[in-house]
Amino acid sequence: MERFEPTIVAFVCNWCTYTAADLAGTARMIQSPNVRLVRMMCTGMVDPKYVLKALLGGADAVLISGCHPGDCHYINGNYKARRRVKLLKEILTGFGVDERRVKLTWVGASEGNEFAETVNELVEDIRELGPGETSRMMVI
Amino acid sequence: MATTVSLEVRDANPTKALREFLARLLTEGLAGGVLAGKHLSANGGPQGAVMPTLVTDPALLETTDPLAPSFPLNAARLVSRLTRGEGEGSLAAVLRPCEVRAFTELVKLNQGAMDNVILIGFDCYGAYPNADYPRFIASRAPDEATLAFLAAASKGLTDGEGYTLARACKACEHPAAGGADLNIGLFGVDTGQRLLITANTPRGEGLLNRLALSDTDPAHAQARESALEELIAARSEYRDTMFAETATATESLGKLGAYLSNCISCYNCRAACPVCYCKECVFLTDVFDHKPWQYMGWARKNGQLRMPTDTLFFHLTRLSHMSLSCVGCGQCSNACPNGVPVMELFRLVGDRTQRAFGYEAGRNAEEAPPLTVFREKEFAEVTGGTD
Ligand code: SF4
Ligand code: SF4
Ligand code: FES
Repeated sequence: MERFEPTIVAFVCNWCTYTAADLAGTARMIQSPNVRLVRMMCTGMVDPKYVLKALLGGADAVLISGCHPGDCHYINGNYKARRRVKLLKEILTGFGVDERRVKLTWVGASEGNEFAETVNELVEDIRELGPGETSRMMVI
Repeated sequence: MATTVSLEVRDANPTKALREFLARLLTEGLAGGVLAGKHLSANGGPQGAVMPTLVTDPALLETTDPLAPSFPLNAARLVSRLTRGEGEGSLAAVLRPCEVRAFTELVKLNQGAMDNVILIGFDCYGAYPNADYPRFIASRAPDEATLAFLAAASKGLTDGEGYTLARACKACEHPAAGGADLNIGLFGVDTGQRLLITANTPRGEGLLNRLALSDTDPAHAQARESALEELIAARSEYRDTMFAETATATESLGKLGAYLSNCISCYNCRAACPVCYCKECVFLTDVFDHKPWQYMGWARKNGQLRMPTDTLFFHLTRLSHMSLSCVGCGQCSNACPNGVPVMELFRLVGDRTQRAFGYEAGRNAEEAPPLTVFREKEFAEVTGGTD
């Protein structure tokens, strides 16, 4: 059987994780073709709608990654993001969406390694879970 | 301990006693206007509709009927309109408990103010959906119909041929307005003789003092407490069954789609929702004006595309925007032209999300809405244990 390649939409903060992703890329630490990066100015501007749209549009998982607590360039965007992700997980798990399909992490600008690990772990998790419901069927 | 006084009822007509009480607020200068449900004509007018009406002339309180089992809309948004910005004199608003709770949410979201309003809630037996109320009132005189309702409802007999109490009301475990300045007590009370009025706030206490009503017999207050507890127990049980059924019916995204499949994206549920207050809802913007080629592309993905599109997206977005503030008033279901059980879904999810943040919509005005605050150390599980 062909190996399942999950599609992951990642909303990453310009000031930290995006740089880390760049680092991981140039250092050839990750080759995972599964991740589609969307650069955001801060995790605090990841509207729950973006996450919902990605999942409903067929993404198997969504990753949101930003600055470590205390390091957000807009002071507290990441703390707000944490509450929104908490909310989304509460809503989505009730509809049978596995909790692992929405992931929030903190990855600093110099942490190319950590970014590579985060992505690889997530890809493994989602491979185990299999394709999301929306990528398998028409969801209205 | 909250003060409870007794309001004498004459001619076995509690509605009349309530009107006289409201008239006193106006004539004694305690309120400049009263907002209350009113039949727009003495004989009930077309289909006997009861609409919130701002009354400043005490003589025109004649056809107010706040206890009628009619709930055309959640008036919290109207009270928000009447308290936001510069006022003139104070307003007394007679509201159902879910309207008081919705207004409390709106105040916290800076959509209204408590400063100049006297909130008068009442023990709520529930109401009929908009489509059922005309069948309930039929050709009866409005007062007669309301009195018959109170008598039947006190015995738990609310449903009849062609009219059934709204499910939201049957599942409502907050039937008394604890957050209002005053609450009119009906449960377990012989309403042919008296109404109980309880002050829940200093403002309410002040009003009762000014009105010099007689203290209630503690036995009457006790009887009300017991009846209230009994009703809460029955409704909680109904709610739990409703939650369990709704959870099963929506346990996957596919099932949620089936659950919502009658939705035509009219957004009436959003318009009727008291806590959906955005002036410009994203769903009314051109973000959802997709191009023909986009539809074709989406259709090709699965070979088919249900239209209108974005149905789940709409409801999930609304859930993420306002389930934390959902007070369970049921106006979403009341407004839906296609019988989508919207309230059941929003109450279920609201229960989950509110619980997750230790929040309860409308419980008190001091509690900050969960998405407006944060702590540096919290919800470590969200990021896999690192904070
Ligand atoms: S979602 Fe429905 S039940 Fe909840 S507050 Fe809005 S209209 Fe009322
Ligand atoms: S009122 Fe009913 S049909 Fe209209 S958008 Fe809401 S659920 Fe859909
Ligand atoms: S700037 Fe990076 S999370 Fe806010």
